[in-house]
Amino acid sequence: MIEIGLGHYLSLGAIIFFLGVIGIFLNRKNVIVILMSIELILLAVNINLISFSIFSGDIVGQIFTMLILTVAAAEAAIGLAIIVVYYRNRGSIRVEDIHGMKG
Amino acid sequence: MIIHSIFFYFFSVIAIFSSLMVITSRSTINSVFFLILDFISVGCLFIMVGAEFLGMILLIVYVGAVAVLFLFVVMMLNVAEQKQSWFIGKKSTHIPTGLIVSVLILLELLVVVGGWKYKENVMSSSSLIISETSNTHQLGLVMYTDYILYFQLAGIVLLLAMIGAILLTFRERVGVKKQSYINQISRNPSTAVELVETKSNQGVKIDD
Repeated sequence: MIEIGLGHYLSLGAIIFFLGVIGIFLNRKNVIVILMSIELILLAVNINLISFSIFSGDIVGQIFTMLILTVAAAEAAIGLAIIVVYYRNRGSIRVEDIHGMKG
Repeated sequence: MIIHSIFFYFFSVIAIFSSLMVITSRSTINSVFFLILDFISVGCLFIMVGAEFLGMILLIVYVGAVAVLFLFVVMMLNVAEQKQSWFIGKKSTHIPTGLIVSVLILLELLVVVGGWKYKENVMSSSSLIISETSNTHQLGLVMYTDYILYFQLAGIVLLLAMIGAILLTFRERVGVKKQSYINQISRNPSTAVELVETKSNQGVKIDD
């Protein structure tokens, strides 16, 4: 309990991943919060990769983390652009109102 | 080591609390602020465990760029009246399914993490690598040699994201007077100059 090991970091990553998934599923009002939940999930993945990289002494995991950071930034930019365009066309970004594909 | 565990629990409790608040807080702007707090505390964890460069990158890129982008969009879209609420309003069938799936994912992850037999020297933080070169130096030594292709591909991904975001949000505005060089250059004297006969004491009236 006092000695912090790899398992503690992996548990932290698992809990944050779980919170991100629950945020995606349960949020019914706002698309921006879904994007933020995706950011949380990517952050949990980064925690896992970095803790494995540190505790096993291999630097390559941190390089993959950097690639994930790049993709996450690109995803946030594109997603927010899509949200802005959708809001401009429809005037609402509520999840309940987005049912154009009858999904 | 006691300092390490104290700081770990401090930052991880803040991270878990703020990520809980991201998905449950009632206004979107509060969610963004808690997202920023989450990034900062996880960045401090990264710096503490020895990945200083990525911790700083997390602080600079995420807090400085991505979270501010979120903040910007939230303020621009005027979604303040769209409070997020889970259980009031229209009945949704997604909530039980989502809860079941999320709890199953958490249980699977905890089973995997808890039941894993680690190698002896991987288990504790006493095996943290102490080397004479800094973390940034090590990262640079690997990234610009073995992983140069992936580095450049990441740059292309960022370029494509920038082009895509600009293309998506670009719109042609009406009623804006612009200078058109090709129309200016392609005029010739027969269309540009008009000769008008003027009578004395009457002047010229030009209608267009």
